[in-house]
Amino acid sequence: MTDEELIWRISGGSGDGIASTSQNFAKALMRSGLNVFTHRHYPSRIRGGHTYTEIRASADPVRSRGDGYNFLLALGDSFARNPQEGAVYGNEEIKPLSENLDELREGGVIVYDEGLLDPSEIPNFDERVEENGWHVYPLDLRGLARDMGREVMRNTAGVGATCALIGMDLEHVEDLMRDAMPEKILDPNLEILETAYEQVSEEYDVDASDVSVPTGEHDETQVLVSGSDAIAYGAIDEGCRFIAGYPMTPWTEVFTIMAQNLPKLDGISEQVEDEIAAAALAVGASHAGVKAMSGSSGGGFALMSEPLGLAEMTETPVVLVEAMRAGPSTGMPTKPEQSDLEHVLYTSQGDSQRVVLAPGTVEEAYEQSRLAFRLAYEYQIPTILLYDQKLGGELVNVPKSHFDREPTPTLGKTLSEDALADEPHSADGKFHRFQHDVDDGVSPRSIPGQKGGRYLATGNEHDPTGHISESPDNRVAQIDRRLQKLEAIRADLDTEDTGSYAGPDDAEYGILTFGSQQGTVEEAVDRLNDAGVSVKSLSVSDMLPFSTEEVQTFVESVEDVLVVEMTASGQFRGLVQKNLGQYGEKLSSLLKYNGNPFEPGEVVDGFEAAIIEGDGDASGHQTTFVPAAGD
Amino acid sequence: MSTFSAIGEEREIDRDEYTPTVEPQPTWCPGCGDFSVLKALKQALPEVGRTPEETLLCTGIGCSGKLNSYLDTYGFHTIHGRSLPVARAAKLANPDLEVIAAGGDGDGYGIGGNHFIHTARENHDMTYIVFNNEIFGLTKGQTSPTSPKGHKSKTQPHGSAKEPLKPLSLALNAGASYVARTAAVNPNQAKEILIEAMEHDGFAHVDFLTQCPTWNKDARQYVPYIDVQESDDYDFDVSDKVEAAEMMRETEEALHEGKVLTGRYYVEEGRPSYGQEKRAIGEMPEEPLAERYWDDDYEWERSYDQFVGKHE
Repeated sequence: MTDEELIWRISGGSGDGIASTSQNFAKALMRSGLNVFTHRHYPSRIRGGHTYTEIRASADPVRSRGDGYNFLLALGDSFARNPQEGAVYGNEEIKPLSENLDELREGGVIVYDEGLLDPSEIPNFDERVEENGWHVYPLDLRGLARDMGREVMRNTAGVGATCALIGMDLEHVEDLMRDAMPEKILDPNLEILETAYEQVSEEYDVDASDVSVPTGEHDETQVLVSGSDAIAYGAIDEGCRFIAGYPMTPWTEVFTIMAQNLPKLDGISEQVEDEIAAAALAVGASHAGVKAMSGSSGGGFALMSEPLGLAEMTETPVVLVEAMRAGPSTGMPTKPEQSDLEHVLYTSQGDSQRVVLAPGTVEEAYEQSRLAFRLAYEYQIPTILLYDQKLGGELVNVPKSHFDREPTPTLGKTLSEDALADEPHSADGKFHRFQHDVDDGVSPRSIPGQKGGRYLATGNEHDPTGHISESPDNRVAQIDRRLQKLEAIRADLDTEDTGSYAGPDDAEYGILTFGSQQGTVEEAVDRLNDAGVSVKSLSVSDMLPFSTEEVQTFVESVEDVLVVEMTASGQFRGLVQKNLGQYGEKLSSLLKYNGNPFEPGEVVDGFEAAIIEGDGDASGHQTTFVPAAGD
Repeated sequence: MSTFSAIGEEREIDRDEYTPTVEPQPTWCPGCGDFSVLKALKQALPEVGRTPEETLLCTGIGCSGKLNSYLDTYGFHTIHGRSLPVARAAKLANPDLEVIAAGGDGDGYGIGGNHFIHTARENHDMTYIVFNNEIFGLTKGQTSPTSPKGHKSKTQPHGSAKEPLKPLSLALNAGASYVARTAAVNPNQAKEILIEAMEHDGFAHVDFLTQCPTWNKDARQYVPYIDVQESDDYDFDVSDKVEAAEMMRETEEALHEGKVLTGRYYVEEGRPSYGQEKRAIGEMPEEPLAERYWDDDYEWERSYDQFVGKHE
């Protein structure tokens, strides 16, 4: 935790423009030369309810949410329910202020809209302010916005006040407003922004707190992108021009980005009746020769089990993305969790013949989205990109050049009509689409409409022409060939370096994690090393085929390993143990499943309690320690 | 050689081309109505000029799903109830393909009922043949969505308490632009209807009555049948939705009173297919998407040039 970072939290009600205001402010901070990382917290409610977005900004790289935050802009919740006694949600009107106090750091700043929020409704508010050394600025943001424009523009007034208090020039914010706002509302917004800035500057001592905007500089152009953006752009750059889907939080973001962009690229997007159809359409489009994808979140992905198995059996390349949220069943729709890991690994009948990748960062989301398409099409196998609400929704700055790459629209081992003529056929002209003995297990395919490529794709076990067969010899040959592809993919993945490391190579202890917790764990590792604890981390992406060798080498190189994941049952630790087949006594777990992602400090404290002190009691945190087997 | 040179090829087609050598003789039971669907398809395909390699036949699971093994075209034998979403995506990916989907009454009206409604609603340019034998055959004789009320089976020992589903009316209300019923015992009509269905520019639903002599012995063999177009007893306009609906209602009620009515029920000409609708709003390319992957001159767009700049 340093003073050289700003962690700005804007709170209000769902539907009050918190997301768009914070996105613009994050971009302004990025343009000013800072690194930024956002963390969203919102309820599964149509309107109202406690919601906030946090922006962490620093001259140094930021890869995670921080521990708490240091600047609160509390706006009113215009959809708050009547705060009568016994109301289901309690007194909602005060929540944008009251619900955010626990995590505000000492010496932090509070700006609240006194037109809507009355802190006398919060027990011991003044005492808490005093104890924590908070700097409080009650401003009539609503009144200011109403006088100069419309009440909804109070977000702009809040941003103006923020800039005054953290010493940030308005230039970048104004530029962004000019880019983003239609003319009609631009002028009043600019006026509100400037007036708020001036009023605060005149009325208050803006240097009273230690919270200020850091200064930084980028050596190349940055872009502010989310994991969902990155997944969509990766798909586009691999030549994916077909998507079918059904809306479900949080997968809807990828679906929306693709649906809006594909028509511009002469591609096709289909919103269909359910997720069974969505995945089946992706399979059908791919079968007919197009690079295709679908996706969903846990419950919708459950419906895709059947078409997933069909793609496995017919060896139809397809990419499915799975955006995890807290389950089971409807669970907590807007909250992150990693507990669909086993679901995507094992759902659908028979032995799994699929690839599962779990990117850990926005950059990796782009790279592994591309990798998923490459593997799916080169090896004719369904590939699942597993991520979560956290990675999908977090905005970070990435060098623009990260995306400056060549497209790869290739279809993999797919034959032209000329090449087809040289392949084995039956006497009646049927193409041997599923040959037994082929390199890497991948039998080249044809596309309907090609001369000389006729074959049957079927979910039944089948012989080389696709004809249904229950011959034992053929069965063994076909299933062995399909599983052989996973060995080839494992060897291929070994050249991809998908694993991410932090900390010194010769560290005494290790932390293992996967997917979206990567950045948080890596920050924790840095802090632990700064504090003299010798620890390193490995964040794994290859869930299936698993990075067994890499993980084993890592586990062998340290004395003890803490496995960090957002599940309640330690699914990732289970996967590690299943694949390693040993070292159970070395692996303990730090779990979090309360709906919020880990903070770096929780990993630091959890590690110290689990590994250094050994009892796992990290008091004050909502994390759970599970000791190693035999401990 | 072009990418898909089987498509649009002009040549004489022998109906034997559709007979595979691996398993030329279907394993359907003797007397099964499914033979008639196969025969009618083999007759209709050459007449509409579609060769085995420009035709994609997608089936579901059941006795009907075996059609793929006995008709030698490009085939996709999918999973229970899912032939339609696979088929319609293939049609979107390559509209030049002749796409036919087929399945049974359990497959299409039961487990795949939702896909049936939505594919009809979207009016994809494809033919959907439902082998309707009013029973589950492959699983040995359970009551199906079209079994009559009171139908007894091992899983409905006291007789079905449900009214049967009315597939023609359902197709019409869902939005199909061609709806017909034919019967295995009426091969000439079956062939003619399949030709019309394939030539129709939109979703053509053919409810094909296929007797099951093994598991539905009590049921009629769908004889005698009456062709509503040929009979003097019926006079209605197939292009009029209201008249079509009334004729369908009468037909679907009559079936369970022992009267087998068949023919064309609704034919809507001129309505744009789903592909045409999507093209009209700029959501589908003019050229088949499947061809783009083989076009060496195509300049594939990059997200970097198209979209990344707005995130600066």
